[in-house]
Amino acid sequence: MPKVTVDGIELEVPQGATVLQACELAGKEIPRFCYHERLSIAGNCRMCLVEVAPGPPKPQASCALPAAEGQVIKTDSPMVKRAREGVMEFLLINHPLDCPICDQGGECDLQDQSVAYGRGSSRFHEHKRAVTEKYMGPLIKTTMTRCIQCTRCVRFSEEIAGVDEIGALYRGENMQITTYLEKAATHELSANVIDLCPVGALTSGPYAFEARPWELKKTLSIDVSDALGSNVRLDSRGREVLRILPRVNDDVNEEWLSDKGRYQVDGLMKRRLDRPYVRRDGKLVPASWDEAFAAVASVNPGKSVAVIAGDLVDCETMFAAKALAGALGSSLLEGRQTGLSYDCSNLAAVNFNSGLAGIEDADALLIVGSHVRWEAPVLNPRLRKAAMRGAKVYVVGPHWDATYPVTNLGNDLAVLGKLPKDADEVFKSAQRPALIIGGAGLGKGALDACLALAEKYKLVRATDSGAWNGFNALHMAASRMGGLMLGYAQTGGIADLVAAKPKLVLSLGADEVDYTKFAGSTVVYIGHHGDKGAHAADVVLPGAAFTEKPGTYVNTEGRVQLADKAVFAPGDAREDWTVLRALADAMGVSVGFDSFDELRAAMAKAVPALGREGLADYGALPKGKAGASGVIDAYPIKDFYLTNPIARASETMQRCSAELLHGESFAEAAE
Amino acid sequence: MSLEDKDRIFTNVYGYQPWNLKAAQARGDWDNTKALLALGQDKIIDEMKASGLRGRGGAGFPTGLKWSFMPKESKDGRPSFLVINADESEPGSCKDREIIRHDPHKLIEGALVAGFAMRARAAYIYIRGEYIREAEVLVAAVQEAYDAGLLGKNAAKSGYDFDVFVHRGAGAYICGEETAMIESIEGKKGQPRLKPPFPAGAGLYGCPTTVNNVESIAVAPTILRRGAAWFSSFGRDNNKGTKLFQISGHVNKPCVVEEAMSIPFSELIEKHCGGIRGGRDNLLAVIPGGSSVPLVPAAEIWDAPMDFDGLRAVGSGLGTAAVIVMDKSTDIVRAISRLSHFYMHESCGQCTPCREGTGWMYRVMERLRTGDADVAEIDMLHDVTKQVEGHTICALGDAAAWPIQGLIRHFRPELERRIAENVREAAE
Repeated sequence: MPKVTVDGIELEVPQGATVLQACELAGKEIPRFCYHERLSIAGNCRMCLVEVAPGPPKPQASCALPAAEGQVIKTDSPMVKRAREGVMEFLLINHPLDCPICDQGGECDLQDQSVAYGRGSSRFHEHKRAVTEKYMGPLIKTTMTRCIQCTRCVRFSEEIAGVDEIGALYRGENMQITTYLEKAATHELSANVIDLCPVGALTSGPYAFEARPWELKKTLSIDVSDALGSNVRLDSRGREVLRILPRVNDDVNEEWLSDKGRYQVDGLMKRRLDRPYVRRDGKLVPASWDEAFAAVASVNPGKSVAVIAGDLVDCETMFAAKALAGALGSSLLEGRQTGLSYDCSNLAAVNFNSGLAGIEDADALLIVGSHVRWEAPVLNPRLRKAAMRGAKVYVVGPHWDATYPVTNLGNDLAVLGKLPKDADEVFKSAQRPALIIGGAGLGKGALDACLALAEKYKLVRATDSGAWNGFNALHMAASRMGGLMLGYAQTGGIADLVAAKPKLVLSLGADEVDYTKFAGSTVVYIGHHGDKGAHAADVVLPGAAFTEKPGTYVNTEGRVQLADKAVFAPGDAREDWTVLRALADAMGVSVGFDSFDELRAAMAKAVPALGREGLADYGALPKGKAGASGVIDAYPIKDFYLTNPIARASETMQRCSAELLHGESFAEAAE
Repeated sequence: MSLEDKDRIFTNVYGYQPWNLKAAQARGDWDNTKALLALGQDKIIDEMKASGLRGRGGAGFPTGLKWSFMPKESKDGRPSFLVINADESEPGSCKDREIIRHDPHKLIEGALVAGFAMRARAAYIYIRGEYIREAEVLVAAVQEAYDAGLLGKNAAKSGYDFDVFVHRGAGAYICGEETAMIESIEGKKGQPRLKPPFPAGAGLYGCPTTVNNVESIAVAPTILRRGAAWFSSFGRDNNKGTKLFQISGHVNKPCVVEEAMSIPFSELIEKHCGGIRGGRDNLLAVIPGGSSVPLVPAAEIWDAPMDFDGLRAVGSGLGTAAVIVMDKSTDIVRAISRLSHFYMHESCGQCTPCREGTGWMYRVMERLRTGDADVAEIDMLHDVTKQVEGHTICALGDAAAWPIQGLIRHFRPELERRIAENVREAAE
């Protein structure tokens, strides 16, 4: 613990801290552009210069200098002030004065720091440099004249995303940041460079010229595009959510967000169900709420009711539907729309037990049937971190580009019965071995075999640094863990519902279900988008999207998180729980709550874990049964950008899908 | 008292004899190298320290001390490397070129000796991309040494395994900076690294590395053969030894010549270069150490001893001892402006002050050249050079700033005259 003095304040800093961190601990603000906590140190912007004694008689880059015992650091000396003014002047001489038309305005590091640390006026009388725009794909809008060459985006691509997509061309004042041959950045996390860019060089394409940051209302929410529950901030103006940005949560998403979670936002304004519909003579026709409720009540299903939960719904909606079904006398609840039927009697077996952050510590990893980059984009950098620290990674399933070295063990699940010799040795000698079973693995019934592996290789063990549980199931639906906790699981999966031939099927935004199997049932769709579920429905009751209702979500590691409501649902659409509450009246039953608070209280009473934010405790792992058969020939996600109704309604996601995945070229390059 | 022929280290610097191994051995290279290595690592380093040899690449860091920073043993299995800087790109410098094309075995033997002394596994000779013939000679000479058993396994029968690799650059000045050179050898964009960590801790491929200039390495075997006392008998205290001076510009006979350190400028010019073109009175200024050191006006340089401390005393530096002589026919502002253009062109673009500052400085210099400026801009330019100097990752920022500072310090009246004349022109 070195002791340093910062502007006369003596303090101890952790071993390995940099001078910049020491200054921050002392409460001193150090301006910076290139330095970022989650990226490697580049030391190239020179904005963080401070005076350090002992050392050479010139200012030192504090971001790169290790704090050492007895250092005397000055952040307020004339030398430091001059150095900052000088660097700021250099940054600004070739930076255009186009703040009024720059989307970064108001949240621009350069703007803020030039006010705080810059000179009052310019002494530069030469021509400013201009740089041609670079095409970086449909998400990232470039204005490279504004670039200050901090290389944050380059380092993000290389270090976090693990792809060599962005780099620097040329040298000296001609240095330019670009993608290779100006191809689109295709990584699922590519848009995070927009957040990282300290100036307006990389801005959001779809959000271009939409709003100024000070006009926006900021609401804390949870991303529903995958099962990770990334923490997000919804920026809304009026009735519209204009953009979604990640929030920092080191336990979940660090500070990244997948491109889908970020850019499906425009889908919230398209193809919305804003009024009830009732099917008459084979066609859905607009109806009033009363007509729609009457249509549902007229089915008079008795106990013959089933509920299918979609991928995006919150726990409150599912609980309200469960209460309604229960009041009618049914417990036919299912959330696994595509027919998965793994055993859910012990939720520890289908939970991401090591935790999203914990998986970084794994030193041996077996991925069974999961295309992690598509199923959980924000998780993949963590697996990459583990791999870069030396973890050996094995994959069972078709090849996908992991961005770190993996050994593919083939597609045949039989390999789980007896791992190849080298993998076997790696797992035997590993200190913190881990396994991830994904959608394809669960779909092919590999759960038992994986549990058996967990037992064989002692994935649950005590280590020097605490208890380790390396058994992980990776889900893809934001509603999955919450649904399982609420009992949305039948032994045989959705086939049990089909077999029961329910008179009434309540579909809570379930758009991936094969409704032809429910041909004899009346399907009531409660959801927000006119997608497959609404097409198959007999009655459509318009609900609220995740931005339009408060809700509880449980991510794949069993973390209970709350989201707030940013805007109101459009038209006649209502929050889902109120729809279900009103439906209970129409059907003449009581569900036992009249307000959202009562609903939450009832839910917390039924499932106490849902009443507490944080990780739910599912107890110990069950025993498995060795041996699995079958071949994983494909992963469940066919198109990363179009996995849910919001994304499918989003123009941006459609364009990403067409351009980035299906190679359709858009002739906007370099224009 | 100038250097006698018997005391010259580079006996074939003019290429009167062949460069090959046989001729080199006749000149005394590779003569019982085994015995040199038998001195042991510590003895070699002590001898180098005692010789007072300071790095010949420009910074003048004591070579023996630099070698002693290398780890005595590898604690984690990492090998050590020697990188030899033959990326001689400093305008005015041309000494390494003569060594490589006419006396390559001095360098290769030096590589073995130095590599052995610092317990290096191999040496990488990074040769400037434009040196095509020189690289051909060097590669052939290395091959000769391998064929003769002087390199490779049991190099020179010393029992020490040592390899020498020749790596060709692609013509970037910045790759002469030691960490940029390491990046370049690793196949990356040649951009200097942040220090710390210093190369002696984590250099080439993350292994302990020492980067030395060609001349520093090439003189090592001779120093060991003839003794530290012999080498340190030349030059003033703290500036010992002999040195290859490269005199270019307005002298009657430009040349590369080995001389004792601390030789007065006047003697160097009169004795070896046939004097200043047009006589002593025609001398305007001298850039005594390659383009990156400030110029020195005629009056101050004439009696200055040509060594590290002597030139520092006149506000400049020895650098690589590339002496650029300019007589009164020189447009001094244009000359310095051209150097500014060079630094703008060669800035790697990594860190802000150099990337933005070099272009700014050049553009102001160009306006000062024609007088299309304001007198206040001279001070502003000086201020800008001060904002670049000492604020960058590597020394290129300093190198870009110093020539301009030297110009403003010594030729401010000339700058003001041009501005005044330009104003007058504009008024007419």
